[in-house]
Amino acid sequence: MIKERSLKKIITFHTTTDAIGFERYCMENGIPGRLIPVPGEISAGCGMCWMVPLEKAEAADRLAEEGIMKTEGSFILTM
Amino acid sequence: MIYLDNAATTLKKPESVIEAVTDAMRTMGNSSRGTHEVSLSTSRTIFDTRVKLAEFFGADDPENVIFTCNSTEALNIAIRGTVNDGDHVITSVLEHNSVLRPLYLLERERKVSLSFLSSDEKGDIDPEEIRKLIRPETKAIVVTHASNLTGNMTDIRRITEIAHEYGLLTIVDASQTAGSKKIDIKDMGIDILCFTGHKAMMGPQGTGGLVIGEGIDIRPFKVGGTGVKSYLTTQPEEYPARLEAGTMNGHGIAGLNAAVDFINSVGLDEIDSKEQGLMKRFHDGVKDITGIKIYGDFDAPRTAIVCLNIGDCDSGQVSDVLAVDYGIATRPGAHCAPLMHKALGTVSQGAVRVSFSYFNTFDEVDQAVKAVKEIAEELKI
Repeated sequence: MIKERSLKKIITFHTTTDAIGFERYCMENGIPGRLIPVPGEISAGCGMCWMVPLEKAEAADRLAEEGIMKTEGSFILTM
Repeated sequence: MIYLDNAATTLKKPESVIEAVTDAMRTMGNSSRGTHEVSLSTSRTIFDTRVKLAEFFGADDPENVIFTCNSTEALNIAIRGTVNDGDHVITSVLEHNSVLRPLYLLERERKVSLSFLSSDEKGDIDPEEIRKLIRPETKAIVVTHASNLTGNMTDIRRITEIAHEYGLLTIVDASQTAGSKKIDIKDMGIDILCFTGHKAMMGPQGTGGLVIGEGIDIRPFKVGGTGVKSYLTTQPEEYPARLEAGTMNGHGIAGLNAAVDFINSVGLDEIDSKEQGLMKRFHDGVKDITGIKIYGDFDAPRTAIVCLNIGDCDSGQVSDVLAVDYGIATRPGAHCAPLMHKALGTVSQGAVRVSFSYFNTFDEVDQAVKAVKEIAEELKI
């Protein structure tokens, strides 16, 4: 079932290793979100990206913005 | 069977490794090919193994751990991906064909020239000889951490110190030492480490890899699908995808993951100490047998190998008697180390290589010593 659409923060990665490393950090630190296939509207190096509801995206954003984890880009989509 | 051919491959693997492989075969999908749980869990296992191996070998970034099917593939990637037309490479007479043949091929294909560090009568090389071999076009030194024939270890720190004085790339074949000797690529000045998973690492065959130092550029060796950047007509630039194409050996890597855990749980020092104890017991038991000739330097750091001959008897015949009459597995012949045999004068006879693992026992050593004694007596040397 396709769920009701809402605003999501999407974080993309250059490589699968970066994506899995990001997931591991988030899981170990209780940061919300999960890996999904990269939406067609976005072009990214790696085919998976981190998705989190926008209202819960602060912690994941910080990882990307402060360079704590390696990321490629950051987007807001309605999904 | 008493298995004493661990330098070829370790026969006894930790149960946890076997369980990890069979579990992976029941549950693993294809890494980097999707975000359903089966693919993701595979990606996680592979990532976890990179992290563990990075720590194991002293690398800062798990992305610099590249998986291959063995040391030979790793060495081919390292050598062919860094040496250019007209370069000069220094290597040694201790090397296995997994180093020599890629270099010989570059000699033919790319006008690369080669120089060889020589060995003394004990099978040791002198790092200072590097200075005499340097030329303006010298690009790299490719050297083994330990001979697969004699077990002699090379002084890697001294070799890389000298190599870096001249701006050379250092490529090290750790086939015989990874899993039984401490290796830290930063501490030891190793630019590219090539290792295999199925010998002292006690992992599955079909595993191995490179551990690459920071800032080292290696051209892709094989190109193909990576699960990322599908519309790029070239291999992605970033490690590890740059050097990994096609479906990974996820099952094997799961086993290698468990193998690293096992080694860490026992401790490298403990493993090395036990292996050295087995080797010393065997060496002490056979060295004074009439007619026995042992090769190698037993006064310097070494792996758990004893390489010997009995009189002039063909090594193949001795090894066959050990296997058939005594149930003891060893390796005779040339050991893919042609230059080492030439240096030792054992080209026609070969040599019998006896090699120990953490899982061998003193009782097995004693039986092997007894067997060698009886064979020597029978041959009336």
